[in-house]
Amino acid sequence: MNALPWTIYVSFAGALLALLAGRRSPAAARVVALVSAAAAWGIALVAAVRFVPNPAGLQTLVDVPWIPQMGIRYCLAADGISLTLVILTGLAATAGILFSWNIEERAGEFFAFYLTLIGGVYGVFLSADAFLFFVFYEIAIVPKYFLIAIWGSTNREYGAMKLALYSFAGSSLVLAGILWAYVSGGGQSFALGDLAAAASHFTHAQQIGMFTLVFLGFAVLAGMFPFHTWAPTGHVAAPTGASMLLAGVVMKLGAYGCLRVALPLFPVGLAFWQPVILWLAVIGIVYAGLVALVQDDFKFVIGYSSVSHMGFVLLGLAAANARAVSGAVLQMFSHGVIAGLLFAVVGRMVYERTHTRKFADLRLMSLYRRLPFAAVVFVIAGLASMGMPGFSGFPAELTILIGVWQTSPWCTVVAALGVLVAAAFTLRAIQVAFFGAPSEAPVAGDSGPLPPITLAEKSGAVLLIGATVLIGLRPDLLLDLIRPALQSPVFQAVFNGGAP
Amino acid sequence: MSALPTLSLIVFLPWAGALLLALMPKLGARGSRATALAFSLSTLALSAVAIGSFNPATTGYQLAELHDWIPSLNVHFSLGLDGLSLILVLLTAIIGPAGLLASWRQERDPRLMGIFFLVLQGSALGVFLALDFVPWFMFWELSLVPAYFLIKLWGGPGAPRAAYQFMVYTIGGSAFMLMGFAAIFLTTGTLDFPELSRLAADGTLASKLATLGGFWPHAVFLGVFLGLAVKVPLFPFHSWLPSAYAEAPVGASMFLTGVMSKMGVYGFLRILWPLFPAPLHAASPCLIWLAVAGVVFGAFAAMKQSDLKRMVAYSSINHVSYCLLALFAVSLVTRPGGSAATSALAGALLQMFNHGVSAAALFFCVGVLESRSGGRRGLGDFGGVRTAAPIFAGFCGISLFSSLGLPGLNGFVGEFLIFRGVWGLAPWCTAVACLGLFATAFFLLTFWQRVFHGPRAGAAAGAFSDLSRLEIATLVPLVALMFLFGVLPQLLTGLFNPLVAAWVGHLPLP
Repeated sequence: MNALPWTIYVSFAGALLALLAGRRSPAAARVVALVSAAAAWGIALVAAVRFVPNPAGLQTLVDVPWIPQMGIRYCLAADGISLTLVILTGLAATAGILFSWNIEERAGEFFAFYLTLIGGVYGVFLSADAFLFFVFYEIAIVPKYFLIAIWGSTNREYGAMKLALYSFAGSSLVLAGILWAYVSGGGQSFALGDLAAAASHFTHAQQIGMFTLVFLGFAVLAGMFPFHTWAPTGHVAAPTGASMLLAGVVMKLGAYGCLRVALPLFPVGLAFWQPVILWLAVIGIVYAGLVALVQDDFKFVIGYSSVSHMGFVLLGLAAANARAVSGAVLQMFSHGVIAGLLFAVVGRMVYERTHTRKFADLRLMSLYRRLPFAAVVFVIAGLASMGMPGFSGFPAELTILIGVWQTSPWCTVVAALGVLVAAAFTLRAIQVAFFGAPSEAPVAGDSGPLPPITLAEKSGAVLLIGATVLIGLRPDLLLDLIRPALQSPVFQAVFNGGAP
Repeated sequence: MSALPTLSLIVFLPWAGALLLALMPKLGARGSRATALAFSLSTLALSAVAIGSFNPATTGYQLAELHDWIPSLNVHFSLGLDGLSLILVLLTAIIGPAGLLASWRQERDPRLMGIFFLVLQGSALGVFLALDFVPWFMFWELSLVPAYFLIKLWGGPGAPRAAYQFMVYTIGGSAFMLMGFAAIFLTTGTLDFPELSRLAADGTLASKLATLGGFWPHAVFLGVFLGLAVKVPLFPFHSWLPSAYAEAPVGASMFLTGVMSKMGVYGFLRILWPLFPAPLHAASPCLIWLAVAGVVFGAFAAMKQSDLKRMVAYSSINHVSYCLLALFAVSLVTRPGGSAATSALAGALLQMFNHGVSAAALFFCVGVLESRSGGRRGLGDFGGVRTAAPIFAGFCGISLFSSLGLPGLNGFVGEFLIFRGVWGLAPWCTAVACLGLFATAFFLLTFWQRVFHGPRAGAAAGAFSDLSRLEIATLVPLVALMFLFGVLPQLLTGLFNPLVAAWVGHLPLP
């Protein structure tokens, strides 16, 4: 448990070492990156096994003064929720490196940016000080711009710029909200607990105002409709390993920010905006699904499906009861794994072999015969993404639906429509991309053999499939971490609409 | 209580077979087929074991298995067997191997096909045996995946579209069912079917759902109803069915119509009726006419088809609607007891089994015609097949007459009991449903006459070989069952009569 901060340090150290190793050879950089990502993941898993839930809430890991004049402390803490997301980060990072194994161009820098991003993400999930939270958050944003702009594909400058601008716009809203709360609270401390205590004395109007800023800023990053448009463009432009991280982990930063900062600090604000957020969430689920249904670029389908799935997370958070929020956290984990898998198939296994993502081209290629492994992985990932029981998406969505019934039955009806749309667009993608040509027809186009699937890709796929099946069959492995965290007084206040 | 977990073995042995096949990519075509068939037959062997220890007089669940699964959602892995599930397990045990035998000559990737068949069979068995919503729903949804791929990869030219429609429709229905069960869990804290049935019987479930307020208790009922109605399918949710059945390869069509259509009816009997007696009672005056519409419309639509496979597909809508007609008629009843209700329900259960056998045999016969004519299956593509292939004509004729409801064959008993029962409960509906009987007789006889009689014509004009030994081996068990249960229906009814009597005895009163 107390080793958890090392996930951050190991990642940053790995970034530096990868940069140095990259001067020697790309292979050295890869190995360094894989070892440090796996080590950080290992630390997280060991911490999870040894974790003892504490009903009081966050358990402090490190707490030292940093800028005492402003009451800023270097304070790291964890509960079951952060632990779940830290495990996800380790998993997604390790798998992402396996799917980036073929990066030859400036590999050292690639993995350095990659690991810096991961270190920042770990930092966000473990921060218990709003200022520190913000610092790590910014550390995570910068590398993702470079990852897309340098190693990206289609329209990468546009995608990278759009993503960075949206992220900075979101984070400046967050910063404004936090500073407002800090100043109104007397400017004593940025610690989340202190801010929450101070915020409870604010007027309702103040709380609502601060909540609007902070929640909106985080929701942009979580891809909430109608502020989601950066996500598909950014994900599509990014190189595979980075898409996996962006969709798998970085979008969770936004959702995590909503859960860790916006909700506990300003429960009154949530109560005020709840109907709006609920409806934006379900509209996002259905709307993004419908958009995914008409895409003719394979990667855009996955990009929009991420927005649709993040709608479930926001729906669960906005429902503001223990059941729904635990489902939302589970969905964060589940979507992180499944989106990673989908992007890996589309970006790495298919695109880098066929050099096209257009359905019109893929349709003629009979990929299920030429890349059977990719077809099997995509079918499994697609089923998981549809919410098929047996995979992690199902317990997450079921738990969210149960919780949302309590708050807003209408939203469950629309969310059920969303499940239908998800089935439609996923099946369409499976059908067109892999099974498009009539089975007997000769393989059209370039019928030369495609490069075989590498061992690195296979291990990455097995890792992610294993995770989604394991959590699908044993969701309690994570729910037992998540649920006690939601019993803490901080969250109970959120669920009571601000009443202590 | 036997030492071996019989029910788990029934469910998971086919899956184990699928896994084994998946792990042996080098296995040849013969080996794959044989392995798939062996694992498929395991169900038959194990159901014999289950029948051996099954006591029909007990109306509770037997051979029950219960394991904790997801404590945070109070989910258990719970299996149990009663008369209703037993006959459906038997049906699956017969149709599964028959479907594989019917696909024996399929040369394209028999290993993959075997995997999908075994996964499908295991999932269907899971649906019939699971007693907790989450495992039940898992099997229910997972059964779609192999069915989808069987249609998609081995089906006819329109298969991709048919497979897509089939899956999206069914998942759409299931999504609303899931929504309904989310509300049930929220209000009761359990997803266990027997427990929920108990809560429903004493009215607790209804009053707990009422706490949702307003229209929402009805929405829960509608959600669950929709999921099941699409699967059966009940008119007007049937539009996915004809193309799915018609485009599927023969073996898959047999399984789809024989077993999967029963999953929906099973859901109505096991879930909707016990859990929502009052809403179902309230909706029955309306629903019963939907069932009548399915009976009449299915038959008339079949009459209009010139494609034999579509004809049999539409006749399936007609035949399965009888089961629902019986259920809705019974749920109209407001007083306990009554021989009419007993007869209608017993008929419905028999009809489930009998239709499975007859329709599978008919799909197989159409498949035989297709295989002899290079894929043609139009009503006008054949003539005089009887002289060309007398053995085939005999088997197909028996199947047609069984489907038509000729006394002495299995189809008659179920339909007779249903009509007898429904007559006493909802006479007007019975009168209208009789139209369906006439239309059924008309199109099945047209089938018989146009294809088998007259001078040899069309695809049968040239060489038209009679049934091979393999094809005979596929049909003999099915035809034998048609005679057996036509003459001795008590062999089946004996398994579930006490259960039906118990249902009627505690007919859930609104």
